[in-house]
Amino acid sequence: MKRNGIGALAGHIARAIWPLALLLPILAFASGRVPKPVIDIDKPGKCVEDTATMRREHPDMLRHQRDLTVHEGIRTRQHSLKECVSCHASTKTGSVLGEKGFCQSCHDYASVKLDCFSCHASKPKGAAGAKP
Amino acid sequence: MNADANDRLSRRGFLAISAATLGGVMLAPGIRLIEIAAARAPEQAVSRRVRWGLLIDTNICTPGCDDCVKACATENGIKDTGRPRTDPQWIRKLELNDRRSGRTHSVPVMCQHCEHPPCVDVCPTGASFKRADGIVLVDKHICIGCRYCMMACPYKARSIVFEDVTDQNPDVPRGKGTAEGCTLCVHRVDRDRQPACVEACAKAGHNAMIFGDLNDPQSEIAQRVAKYASTQIRADLRLNPGVRYQGL
Repeated sequence: MKRNGIGALAGHIARAIWPLALLLPILAFASGRVPKPVIDIDKPGKCVEDTATMRREHPDMLRHQRDLTVHEGIRTRQHSLKECVSCHASTKTGSVLGEKGFCQSCHDYASVKLDCFSCHASKPKGAAGAKP
Repeated sequence: MNADANDRLSRRGFLAISAATLGGVMLAPGIRLIEIAAARAPEQAVSRRVRWGLLIDTNICTPGCDDCVKACATENGIKDTGRPRTDPQWIRKLELNDRRSGRTHSVPVMCQHCEHPPCVDVCPTGASFKRADGIVLVDKHICIGCRYCMMACPYKARSIVFEDVTDQNPDVPRGKGTAEGCTLCVHRVDRDRQPACVEACAKAGHNAMIFGDLNDPQSEIAQRVAKYASTQIRADLRLNPGVRYQGL
């Protein structure tokens, strides 16, 4: 009997709280309480596609381009990783890696493994300094 | 009515003329009646009509000279780690001695870019492949580092990268756990340049290496191959390598 009473009370509280639980992240995100990736963007503005497309589709673009380049020798610049790096490398570190680096900051935040730079250069040609 | 017929006729005439004009140049996208002898555009795929090759004159190549090996290492970012047994090797100089005559040869050996490459046959993932223009490459995105290609190659032209690589040349991605070998400097060839070894050999004044299209009768390499005796290493295997040697 007593158990039921506590259970019912918990149920009431839960019912009262759940809309709040739903709202909280939205409120928090809107108010800037959720940490977002800190990215050094030296050249803001439009990339080869608009920002939303780039965010969603850059892995597919790179994968498509890589097959064309390696197998068919097509070396157009628009969707090439080399061009990404030469445009987006930080002026401070000279690299797209590093804590605030264009690629690494966001990949760390989203917890997505960044494989490209175990083989590819993370700095444009002729850039000075050690690889982070 | 009359005006309409005239109009139709003129339109038909115009279409016929334009079709005839276009037909002379292009039958369908990519298929032309008259091949234009021009450099490949960056957005154009490599062509089967080209067969890249190297001709190395061992009469000129001097023992002890390693200009090509150094140029290759610089171009492709191969650094000496001080552990030569495990360092990748794209070109090596072999010294050959004929004991009877005492004649010595010095021969640079790299990937021979076979027409029928055994490394491609054995690759379990399709990473080792031959490009349409005859350059044999490793697609390192697909390579799992099994080293079958290293075993299969009769020229010992493939290496595996044992250690992390840093500060690569942006044009030459290289990394740990993948097989690699001479690419004929594919990134240069795609931009109408010569491989680094050939350029270095010419720059040093030796001119022992010629690079070019074996299928193009106008090219220097094709003319030399047609005129002088040249050999392929292990020709008995009938792999038809794109790299040929003079004076062996």
